[in-house]
Amino acid sequence: MSAIDDLFTRLRKENRKALMPFLTAGDPDLEFTAAMIRELAARGASMCEVGIPYSDPIADGPVIQASYTRALNKKVKLAEILKTLGAVTPQVETPLVTMGSYAIIYRHGVEKYADALVRHGVAGMIVPDLPLEESPRLAEVCKSRDLSLIQLVTPLTPRDRALRIAETSSGFLYYVSIAGITGERTELPDELVERVGWLRENSPLPVCIGFGISQPEHVRLLAPVADGLIVGSAIVRRMETAETDRGGTLREIGEYVASLVAELG
Amino acid sequence: MATTPPTDASCSAEVPDAAGRFGDFGGRYVPETLIYALDQLAEQYEAARQDASFQAEYDDLLKNYVGRPSPLYFAKRLTEHCGGAEIWLKREDLNHTGAHKINNTVGQALLTMRMGKRRVIAETGAGQHGVATATACAHFGLECIVFMGEEDIRRQAPNVFSMKLLGAEVRPVTSGSRTLRDAVNEAMREWMSCVETTHYILGSVVGPHPFPKIVRDFQSVIGRETIEQSRQQLGGLPEVVVACVGGGSNAAGMFYPLVEHTGVSLVGVEAGGRGDQPGDHASPLTYGEPGVLHGSFSYVMQDEDGQTCDVHSMSAGLDYPGVGPEHSYWKSTGRATYTSCTDDNAMKAFDLMARLEGILPALESSHAVAQAMKIASGRDRSDRVVVCLSGRGDKDAAEIARLKGNG
Ligand SMILES: Cc1ncc(COP(=O)(O)O)c(C=O)c1O
Repeated sequence: MSAIDDLFTRLRKENRKALMPFLTAGDPDLEFTAAMIRELAARGASMCEVGIPYSDPIADGPVIQASYTRALNKKVKLAEILKTLGAVTPQVETPLVTMGSYAIIYRHGVEKYADALVRHGVAGMIVPDLPLEESPRLAEVCKSRDLSLIQLVTPLTPRDRALRIAETSSGFLYYVSIAGITGERTELPDELVERVGWLRENSPLPVCIGFGISQPEHVRLLAPVADGLIVGSAIVRRMETAETDRGGTLREIGEYVASLVAELG
Repeated sequence: MATTPPTDASCSAEVPDAAGRFGDFGGRYVPETLIYALDQLAEQYEAARQDASFQAEYDDLLKNYVGRPSPLYFAKRLTEHCGGAEIWLKREDLNHTGAHKINNTVGQALLTMRMGKRRVIAETGAGQHGVATATACAHFGLECIVFMGEEDIRRQAPNVFSMKLLGAEVRPVTSGSRTLRDAVNEAMREWMSCVETTHYILGSVVGPHPFPKIVRDFQSVIGRETIEQSRQQLGGLPEVVVACVGGGSNAAGMFYPLVEHTGVSLVGVEAGGRGDQPGDHASPLTYGEPGVLHGSFSYVMQDEDGQTCDVHSMSAGLDYPGVGPEHSYWKSTGRATYTSCTDDNAMKAFDLMARLEGILPALESSHAVAQAMKIASGRDRSDRVVVCLSGRGDKDAAEIARLKGNG
C-alpha cells in the first residue's frame, strides 16, 4: 500500500474527492517549490503532482513547456529536486507524485530513480511518455517498493486496453479529458462524464481526471463522477509571476486552489 | 523494380519486431493519446505493403513523378583528385524537389489517402522534407502544415518560399533551440489533438514505431537501385557505401537492402560541426549514449540528467541530437560503422564537387562526400566507393555565401 492507496481509501470512506494541483519543480527555484507545496497542502490539496522539467515535453502545452524552460535555464537538476522534496515530505500530510519523462528516468536508471523517490518520501510517479507496452519493467520496480505507478487513459484508448492499463497501474488511473496536450480549456468534451463513469465502474482503481480543468464549474461538474481532479496549466500560469512577487503569487495560487477545493463538495 | 523490402531469412534484416524493436533499440515512448494513431498506422501500413495495387501506384509515382531511377554516376575527376578507389555518386539530388526526401513523402501521402485522412502535418529542418511533403500533398490535394524552427526558417529561406508556393502553411516554432528537434516536438503536440483526421508525415527514420520502419522501407528504393545499377555498371557490388546521417533516412534507405550483403562496408557520416565538445556537433552515434528522445530508444546527445543537449551543424538537415534506432542497432551489431565530418571538411568537399564535377551538393550530402574522398584515397584503384548524394545544394547557396563571408 502506498500513501496514495491510503489516501483514496480514506477519501472513499468519507465520501470525499481529491484535488491534485500540479507544479513545476524549480520554477523559479526550489525554495519556491517547497513553499508552494506547503501552501497547496495548507489550502486543502489532497496530493501534489511535481513536474520534473524536461527539455522535450511532447505531451505539454505552451504554459507548462515555458515553465520547464524557465526551470532548466536555471540549471535545476533532478538530485536537487528530490532533495527538496525529501525536506518537504515530513512537513506535509499530502502525498507527492512526480511527473517526469522516461528520458530522465532511463538516464538515471529505473531502479535508482524508484529508490530515490522512496528515500525522499515520494509516493509514486507518472511517466507521461511510457505507454502500456513499455511499462512492465517499471511497474515491477514500483510494485516491489510500494510506489504507485499512475498510468494514463485517454478518450482514444479502447475499453479493453483501458482495463489492461488499469491492471498494471497502481494508486489511481489518470483519465486525460481530451485527446491533446495540457492546457486550460473552457469547454470539456460532452462524453467525458459517461466515459469516466464507465472506467470507474469497471476498474478496481480510483479514477482522477486531468488536462484542461481550470474553472470552478469544471470541478462542480466532474467531482461527482470521479475520485479526484488534477489541475495543471491553470496553476502553472499563475506561477509566472513568482520570480518578481513570491508572496503575492503564493497567496494567489493558494486562494485559487482553495476556491476549487470548496467546489469539490 | 520491386518495392517490397527483402524478406531473406537473415535475422539482421528482419527488424523491427512487432513492438518496433531493432535489437534493444526503437520502441514507443509516447503519450497514450498517440498509441491509437500509431497502431492504426502500423496496421494500415502492413496492409498497404501487401497490397499489389498500392505498391503499383507507389512505383508509378516513383517513376513518373519523382523521376526514378536516379542515376549512379562515376565521379571521374573527383576520383582522379583523390587518387585511389573509384567514387560513384547515387544521384538522389536529381529527384523531383532535389533530395531523397520525396521517396518517403509520396509513399506516406499515398498512405494518408488510403487511411481516408485529408490533412497532413510535418516537421522540417533543412526544409527539404517540408518541400517534399508540400509537394506530395499538392499532388494528392491534401491540406499541409509544416512546422519549422525559426532558426531554420532563417537558414533555409528559399525552401520556406517554395513550401508556401506549393500551398502549405509554414508554422514557425519558437520553443527551445528553434531547430529540427523543436519542430518534431511541435508536430507531435499538434498530432495529439487531431490524430483522427490528420496524418503526421515524419521525415526521417526516427520517432516511435512504426515510423522508423515505414520511412526506411520507402527510402529503400535507393539501396535496391544501387544494387541493380552496381551489378550493371560496376560488374558487382561496391566495396564501400557512404551516406550522411541526420535522422538517418537516406543512409537507412541505402544501407538496408545491403545489410545481408556482408561484403559491402556501410559507413554513416554524422555532422562533426566545430569539434568534439558537447554543443559543437550533432553526432550522437559517435559521441552520444543510448537514451530516449522523440518516442524512440536510440543513441542521443543528452546531459547526465537526461536533458537533450543543444547540437550544432552548419547543415540544418543534420542539426539533430538523435538518430534512427536501426542505426543504433547496426552500430551495436557492427554491421555499419559511423564517423563524423566537421563543417570545414564538408565545405571543402562541397567546393571540390562544384569545381571538379559541376555538381552543387547539399551541405548534408557534402559530409558523405568528404568521408568518401578520405576512404577512396586510402584504397586501391580497383575498389569502388558509392556515395549517397542525398540532395542538391541550391537551397544552401545563401547560407554558404554567409558562412564564407564570415570565414
Ligand atoms: C539533402 C539532405 N540530406 C540528408 C538529410 C538528413 O536526413 P536523413 O539523415 O534522414 O537522410 C537531409 C535532411 O533534411 C537533407 O535535406
